[in-house]
Amino acid sequence: MNMMMAFLGWVDDRFPLTKLWNEHLAEYYAPKNFNFWYYFGSLALLVLVIQIVSGIFLTIHYKPDASLNADGIPVAFASVEYIMRDVEWGWFIRYMHSTGASAFFIVVYLHMFRGLMYGSYRKPRELIWIFGVFIYLALMAEGFFGYLLPWGQMSYWGAQVIVNLFAAVPFGIGEPLSEWIRGDFVISDATLNRFFAFHVIAVPLVLIMLIAAHIIALHEVGSGNPDGVEIKKNKGPDGIPLDGIPFHPYYTVKDIMGVVVFLMGFFAVVFFAPTMFGYFIEVPNFEPANPLKTPDHIAPVWYYTPFYAMLRAVPPMFASQFPGVIVMGAAIVVLFFLPWMDKSPVKSIRYKDMRTKLALAGFVISFVLLGYFGVVSASPIKTMIAQCATIIYFGYFLYMPYYSRAEITPSMFRAPLVALYSFVTLGIIAYWWGGEVDNRITALITVITLVYTAYFLILPAYVKPAVVKAVPERVTK
Amino acid sequence: MKKKLMTCLLLCLPIFAHAASGVHLEKADINLENKDSLRAGAKLFVNYCLSCHSASFMRYNRMAKDLSMSDDQVEQNLMFIANFEKLESGEAKKIGDLMSVAMKTKDAKQYFGTPVPDLTAVARARGADWLYSYLTSFYADENRPFGVNNTVFPGVGMPHVLVEMDGLKKLVSKDDHGKPTFEYIEKGSMSDVEFKRAMNDLVNFMVYMGEPIKLKRQSVGIFVMFFLIVFFLFAYLLKKEYWKDVH
Amino acid sequence: MSEDAVDKDKRRFLIALTAATGAVGAAGIAVPFVKSMLPSERAQAAGAPVEVDISKLQPGELLIVEWRKKPVWILKRTDKNLSDLSSLEAKLTDVTSAGSIQPDYAINEHRSREDHKNVLVMVGICTHLGCSPKHFPDLAPAGFEDGWVGGFYCPCHGSTFDLAGRVYKGAPAPTNLVIPKFKFLSDTTILVGDDSEATA
Repeated sequence: MNMMMAFLGWVDDRFPLTKLWNEHLAEYYAPKNFNFWYYFGSLALLVLVIQIVSGIFLTIHYKPDASLNADGIPVAFASVEYIMRDVEWGWFIRYMHSTGASAFFIVVYLHMFRGLMYGSYRKPRELIWIFGVFIYLALMAEGFFGYLLPWGQMSYWGAQVIVNLFAAVPFGIGEPLSEWIRGDFVISDATLNRFFAFHVIAVPLVLIMLIAAHIIALHEVGSGNPDGVEIKKNKGPDGIPLDGIPFHPYYTVKDIMGVVVFLMGFFAVVFFAPTMFGYFIEVPNFEPANPLKTPDHIAPVWYYTPFYAMLRAVPPMFASQFPGVIVMGAAIVVLFFLPWMDKSPVKSIRYKDMRTKLALAGFVISFVLLGYFGVVSASPIKTMIAQCATIIYFGYFLYMPYYSRAEITPSMFRAPLVALYSFVTLGIIAYWWGGEVDNRITALITVITLVYTAYFLILPAYVKPAVVKAVPERVTK
Repeated sequence: MKKKLMTCLLLCLPIFAHAASGVHLEKADINLENKDSLRAGAKLFVNYCLSCHSASFMRYNRMAKDLSMSDDQVEQNLMFIANFEKLESGEAKKIGDLMSVAMKTKDAKQYFGTPVPDLTAVARARGADWLYSYLTSFYADENRPFGVNNTVFPGVGMPHVLVEMDGLKKLVSKDDHGKPTFEYIEKGSMSDVEFKRAMNDLVNFMVYMGEPIKLKRQSVGIFVMFFLIVFFLFAYLLKKEYWKDVH
Repeated sequence: MSEDAVDKDKRRFLIALTAATGAVGAAGIAVPFVKSMLPSERAQAAGAPVEVDISKLQPGELLIVEWRKKPVWILKRTDKNLSDLSSLEAKLTDVTSAGSIQPDYAINEHRSREDHKNVLVMVGICTHLGCSPKHFPDLAPAGFEDGWVGGFYCPCHGSTFDLAGRVYKGAPAPTNLVIPKFKFLSDTTILVGDDSEATA
């Protein structure tokens, strides 16, 4: 034991090991009232480790090569089947990686939802949130580049569609831009090779740095909690927050329990439903990429479908797909502004009024609906519902300054924006009535949209500000 | 509130149905434990499929091991096509080799007007029911180059290689769900029931070949789940013990 | 917090239990990852035993075949070659091959199977640093003094071996050349890489 202490002392003189341990675990005081929703941060870290380790072992065997082998099969596709069959336990490593990709998004979506519910993005945690949105963006890029690598039909055509989005950029930039991304005029070996580089080194490096920034920022200001009470405001005589407990051992033992439960679900998928009925590994990806034949129905993997649905929901304007691309991009960019959209005097949903709760519920429903419409093939009715869901998605953010505020909005901010939002909404409704969808359905969607706009934008902006409940001094049980 | 949100989330998880394709599919009876069926299917596969299609991710010795056959049995009974079609180097195929075929993609395109797909993972791409229905739905159609067509895959490029067993049928009618009714023009060496059973064996084998590890994967999975339950118990007790401190 | 109620032994026990289970789990999950780096089915198929027809091989002639991507020499030695072997003992590092790699049936002077003494089957890779030595049946390689009765010479660092693959003293190679597993399927057919008795 003395030897150990002496060694630790030797290290501490040269590297702040004990200091780091204390700052981030043993003497990092976290609120004692974390609930179910606070597991997903540490779980996301676990999935990151799973992805990095399984990914390294996959790169040992994988070949990013689109040329055809002696049997006429692309080398990349064949190398994946090689991993699945000829490499000992290769199937396990590959299924861990493919399941891990979806698990990452499940965990991150739940983590973000926690943030929305409990106001984790509010002052002083704006930067944590912004780093988080960058992590989410990097994760989407990582997933996109990785999905091309198996070089199956869905890999190929998915990448084809997404890269072509860049071709929609106007002013003559689009076409050269998409060619620059592909390194060719179609998705090809050149594209595969560079996507491999992005997937295994470029984006992971960015991701790890962003996650480090996310955690450093978090440990600087301290964790939030379901009550939205700042525990640092109530310190005991010893300077320790009265409502805080050291992360280690209390949250380490709790998170270990969470990890085991997560792994149960994770390995249940890996061992019993690795393709998750075509949602984690899509069926057309069992066929090698064929540049001459598009699959009957192409859809991105489930975690992109909400944004894909928004893209499809926006009709081409001025003979360009670009407005759809803008809307899709805006759906993510708007997340960055969230910390300044929320004008509520309280952080947590627990103390906000019913209107805010309904706005969040509407947001979740619209997001899930959009996810669904991104999977299925389009029809005029579905497109109309997807357009309505897109309004509600954006409404959650854009109308938030109005419905979250506890006093009537100052008029100089109010009039121009409310007019703009209403004008756009009315424009979309007018567009619906010019379409071919059954009038009764159009009427129903119109009513939903008008009620939404009235209830979340106009009413709170002009008539009835949010009434929040009093936040207690200390965290509740 | 928490409960309600959870239920809401769970309910909202979309329950998707695969889009109906307008083709009627018969159900295949897949049982990967049935080694007899798999061996029968393997025999059909190497006899009828492997002369044009490859299974270029599957090794003969893996099939031998998984289907409880000795290497010699496979070499003598299932590798004659492979031996007949020598490798480019002139060597005969070995037991550890892949079940690829000598027919070149280019030749195949010339013979059939379309590249002949590799069949190793076709059961995962198409599904067992599709394959089974496809294999049992050939019918005479003189407008097609090989004189046959298929209700599941209209305009298919593949000739009816199983005609000697299946016999030749004509399409009498299709009902509203696309379910076809056939009538024999000429009987084959097998009765309708026998042929369907044979095709079921073949499809069973192709499902096995799509993912040879499946049975082992599931049995490892049960062990892992059991381990995690024990792990959870300990982790739960540990958490409970420590959280006694927190009031 | 009521510190006095804490049962430290119980905590220690539960920590040990959870940590041990976690360690078992970690070890369990490490196994597939470690094993995935072993030679795959493809490597094993490519490294399968090789059948060699030696019916046309003349005495004194060397045949080189590929097994596991390595050169394997098959040398039919003359009677003189075999009788020369015993005269070399004083010049060799590992006369009895005790420190070298070969199957049990090749631990003898001629380093081959008793029933086909004259046929030498050997991996043609120098035990020094992995170059492939050259066959010098008659002429002595440069730098070799006298009494060369035929053997192998590695051009990389000058190791010399006799016609049983035994390394001469003073050569940088530490051990004799490696003899792989092999067996005779018939008098004229060798299977390199397999010596099991029970095959058809």
